[in-house]
Amino acid sequence: MPHLAVLRFPGSNCDDDARHALERVTGADVRFVWHADADLGGAGGVLVPGGFSYGDYLRSGALAAQSPVMHAVRAFAERGGPVLGICNGFQVLTEAGMLPGALARNEGLAFVCRTVTVEVQRDDHPLLAGLRRGQRLRLPVAHHDGRYVADDATLDTLETEGRVVLRYLPAPDPDGNPNGAMRDIAGIVGGRGNVLGMMPHPERAAEALLGGEDGVPLLRAFGRAAGVTT
Amino acid sequence: MSERPALPPLAPDGAWPDAPADALPAGVVVDRTSSATFGLTPEEFDQVVDHLGRSPVAVEAAMFGALWSEHCGYKNSRPLLRRLPTEGPQVLQGPGENAGVVDVGDGWGVAFKMESHNHPSAVEPVQGAATGVGGILRDIFAMGARPFAVLDALRFGDLATARTRYLLHGVVEGIAGYGNAIGVPTVGGEIAFHPSYQENPLVNVMALGLLRHEELQSGTVGAVGHVLLYVGAKTGRDGLGGAVFASADLSAASDADRPAVQVGDPFLEKLLLEACLEAIQAGMVAGVQDMGAAGLTSSVGEMAHRAGLGVDLDLGRVPRRERGMTPLEVMLSESQERMVLTAVPGREDDLIALLRRWELDAVPIGVVRDHGRFRLFEGDALIADMPVGALNDAPTYVREGREDPAATAARERGLHDLPPPADAGAALPDLLADPTIASKRAVYQRYDHQVMTNTVVLPGAADAAVLRLKGSDRAVAATVDCNARYVGLAPRHGAALAVVEAARNLAAVGATPLGVTDNLNFGNPTVPEVYFQMAEAVEGIREACLALRTPVTGGNVSLYNQYRADDGVRAVLPTPTIGMVGVLPDVGRRATMALVRDDDALLLLGEGVPTLGASSYLARAHGVEAGAPPELDLAAADRLVTTLAGLVQAGRVDTAHDVGDGGIAVALAEMAIAGGRGVDAELGAGPAPSGAVADGVAALFGEAAHLALVAVPEACAATVTAAAAAGGVPCRRVGVVGGDRIALRAGTLALDVALTEAREAFERTITEALA
Repeated sequence: MPHLAVLRFPGSNCDDDARHALERVTGADVRFVWHADADLGGAGGVLVPGGFSYGDYLRSGALAAQSPVMHAVRAFAERGGPVLGICNGFQVLTEAGMLPGALARNEGLAFVCRTVTVEVQRDDHPLLAGLRRGQRLRLPVAHHDGRYVADDATLDTLETEGRVVLRYLPAPDPDGNPNGAMRDIAGIVGGRGNVLGMMPHPERAAEALLGGEDGVPLLRAFGRAAGVTT
Repeated sequence: MSERPALPPLAPDGAWPDAPADALPAGVVVDRTSSATFGLTPEEFDQVVDHLGRSPVAVEAAMFGALWSEHCGYKNSRPLLRRLPTEGPQVLQGPGENAGVVDVGDGWGVAFKMESHNHPSAVEPVQGAATGVGGILRDIFAMGARPFAVLDALRFGDLATARTRYLLHGVVEGIAGYGNAIGVPTVGGEIAFHPSYQENPLVNVMALGLLRHEELQSGTVGAVGHVLLYVGAKTGRDGLGGAVFASADLSAASDADRPAVQVGDPFLEKLLLEACLEAIQAGMVAGVQDMGAAGLTSSVGEMAHRAGLGVDLDLGRVPRRERGMTPLEVMLSESQERMVLTAVPGREDDLIALLRRWELDAVPIGVVRDHGRFRLFEGDALIADMPVGALNDAPTYVREGREDPAATAARERGLHDLPPPADAGAALPDLLADPTIASKRAVYQRYDHQVMTNTVVLPGAADAAVLRLKGSDRAVAATVDCNARYVGLAPRHGAALAVVEAARNLAAVGATPLGVTDNLNFGNPTVPEVYFQMAEAVEGIREACLALRTPVTGGNVSLYNQYRADDGVRAVLPTPTIGMVGVLPDVGRRATMALVRDDDALLLLGEGVPTLGASSYLARAHGVEAGAPPELDLAAADRLVTTLAGLVQAGRVDTAHDVGDGGIAVALAEMAIAGGRGVDAELGAGPAPSGAVADGVAALFGEAAHLALVAVPEACAATVTAAAAAGGVPCRRVGVVGGDRIALRAGTLALDVALTEAREAFERTITEALA
C-alpha cells in the first residue's frame, strides 16, 4: 500500500492539519516531505498544504515553486500522479506552472476567514470521484491572496475543457465568493485531471466536531486516486 | 536552496575570553549626574555604585537601567503582585518563568500568558500589535509548549474619530498579519472603547500553548560550562531602549520614537518555533529563553539568575545586521525573533545543525561560569562586569495611594434623577450598536481562527473559545475580560468582577476554571490616585482568585498609560485584564450561546439583582458613568460557576450565555441573533423602584455579577432547575424561544424588536468602522 505525502516548506502551517485529516479520512500512512528533498519517497499522492511558504516573500507561493521538491512533484504529476494543492498549495501550483492563472490579493484587500459555499461543477475527474455535479459544499476559507485571475482566453479554455471544478456561489450570497475570484472560481484541475488546486480548506471540514464534514469526500477522492484506499 | 558552509567548530572552553576577578571594565565611566540618561533615578544610581563597588561604565548603567525599568523589573508593582495567590494542585509552573503552566489532564499541560504592547501600538499600530503577538508566542514556546491559540484584549478611544479607526485598522492588521502567517489561530478576545484610551490604546495579547508534562522547559543557563547559543534574527538597532520606552510617559515626542518600535517577521518566528520545539523534543536543550524587552540583557541575565550562576558573553560573536553597533546597542536591541538556548552538553553540534536546517543563525556567544557575574567581552577586552543577582533585583517602591474624590463621588451618585427611556424598543438596538457590545465579526473574520483544526467553538459563538485536544476527549477553554468602567468606579470591586466575569464565561461553555494570567494596565504609579487603583485592583483579583480557586500563574504590568487632558495628564481607565483558562472533560459536552431549538425554555440562573450602576445602559443612553458596579458575592459567584459548568458537563445544558454588558436584554438578544430564533420573556419588575429609571429598566438593561441564561427543552426545565437548586443556585423560568422577534417585558416597560433589526444593529458598527 503506498503512502501519502504532505509537503513541508518553511512557513507551511496547514501541514499538520492536512496530515491529521488525511489520516483520519483515509486511514493511510501520511509522511511529510521536506522542501529541500528531491525525492517523494514513493508516495502515491502529494498534498501541497496551506500556509505562508517562505513567508510569502516575493509573491505567495513563488519561492516554494522553485524548491527542489517541486521538481519532483512536477515529474510526479506528469506521470499522472494525483496532486492536491490547498490554499497556499494552490498558489504554489500556479506559480510552478502546473495550473494556469494566478491567485491575486483579495478584492477586499483584507485576509478573510469564514465558511463559504462552493458548488461542485464536475464529477468526472478522479479527484472528485464520489461527488455529485451541483452538490454544494460548506468549506472554510482563510487567505489574503485567493482571488483567482487569468486572461479571458485561459478562462474560456478552462470552462470549455471542464476544468473549473469548484465554484463559489455568486457574491451577493453572504456565504458566496469571498475574494472577487473571476467567474467565482474556487478550484480548477490541470494535467490530465490529476492536479487539483483549490482555495477552500477541505482539511478544516473533515470532522463534525469542528463544524462540518463537507471536506471528507474531497480527501477521500484524493486518497482513492492515490491508491491508498479503495 | 544553496548549501550551507560547514559548521564552524564550537569554541573549546579555553577559547572563551577571560579576565582576572579584579579587572576593571574598559569604557567610559559615568556619574550620578547622567543617571536619567540610563533610566535610573539618582538614588538608584547610588545603589548601582554600591553593588559594583565603583561607578559603572555606560553599558553597565544602561543594563541596570533596562532591567530596573518597570517593564522588566516591576519596581512599582512587585510588592503588590506578591499578594496574588499562585498555588494550586493544578499549577505545573507558577510565576517566574516565561509563562505559567496548568495541568489540563491526560498528561497535557497548557502554558499561557498575557502581555501588553500598548505604547508601541500607540506609535505604530501595525508593527506594535504584530510584535506583541510575536513576543508572547516566543514566551509560550520557550516553555516547550506548541502555541495553539491567541486571544486579544484591545482598548481604543472614540470610534467616531479618525485616530481610533486608524488604530483599530492597524492593530487588527498587525495581529492578523502575524498570527495568520505563523499559523496560530486567533480564537477570541474582547474590544472595548472609551475616550480615556484615545491617545493610548491597550493591546493585550494572550497566548496558549500545549505541552506534555515531561516537555516543560525552563529559562535557565543550566550548569557551569554550558554554551549559550544565540538563535534567530540578527541584531539591529530597532527597538533600542524599548523597555525604558514602555515604562515612560507617552509624550508628544513619541512619534519621534518610532525607531523604538520593532518590526516583526512571522516567517522567521515560524522557523524558530518549529526548530525550538523539535530540538526540545530531541532532548538537545538544557534551557531556553525568549529575547524580549531589553534583549540580550534581560534574557541572558534572567537565565543566569534562575540558575544562580554567572555568564561570560563574547559580544563580538553576536550576529549583527548593521555595522558599527556599540556594545550598548547590541545589549539593548529589541530586534524580534531571537532566542537564547543552552545545549545539553555533548549535543551542541547536533543542536546547531538542527537549527541551521531550519535556516536559522545559531551562534555560540557565551559560556556559563560559577562566578555569579554577568561579564561582557569584546574580543579579549572586558567591557562590563556586574553581579547577576543585583541586576535582577530591581529596587521596589511602595507608593502612597488615595482614592480620587471624583471617583468616590461618581460611585455614590444617586441615579434617581435620570428619566426612563422614551422608547425601550429603541434602547435595545441602540445598545447592540454600542461599539463595545456590537458584534466583532468583521474583526475576527480577518483572523485565521481555524488553523491547527482544534477550534471547536468559533469566535462570537459563545462566551469563551473552546479548543479540542487532539487524541484526547478533553478540551481547553479560554477568555479575556475586564469591564474597566467598573474598575474606574470601584477598583477592588471592579477587578474582582473581571475575574468573576472570566470564570462565568468559562462556565458558560462548560469549562472548569483552572488559572489566571493578568495584564495590569494603569497610569503613572507615582500619582497617588493611580497607585490606589493598582493596589486596590490587585486586592480584588486576589480575593476573587482565592474564592474561585484560580491561581495567577503569570502576567504583565503596563504602567504610564495616560493621555493629555485640558487639566493635565490623566490616566486611562484602570484596566486589569484577566485571562483565564479552563478545561472541559468531554469536548462533546459543551455549550454555545445560540438558541438552537424552538420552544426551549429560557432559564435565568443565579443570584443578584441587576443594577444600572456603572452600566453600559447608563453610559450609552445617558452619557453617565456613575453608580456602584453590580453587587458581588464571591460565594454566589463560585456556586454559579460550578453549577453552570457542571450542568454543561453533565450534558443537561448546551445553550448558555452569561449576563454581562447591557444586562439580560442584551444577553437574550445575542442568543437570539446567534441562533436566528426569537425570544419571548417576562423579566419581572426588577428591583423595588427607587426612581423612575430603575423600574423595569434595571431588569432589562441592568448588569449583575452572577447571573447566566440557559435554554433547555421544556421537558428538561424541571430537572435543570432542581440540579441548579442542588448546587445552591436559584433558577427561574423567564421565557420561551421561538418566532422572529425579541419580545421582553419588565414591570411597566415592554419592548418588541424584530430579530432582523437587532441583528442589523449588532453587526453594523464594527463592520462600518473597518470598511
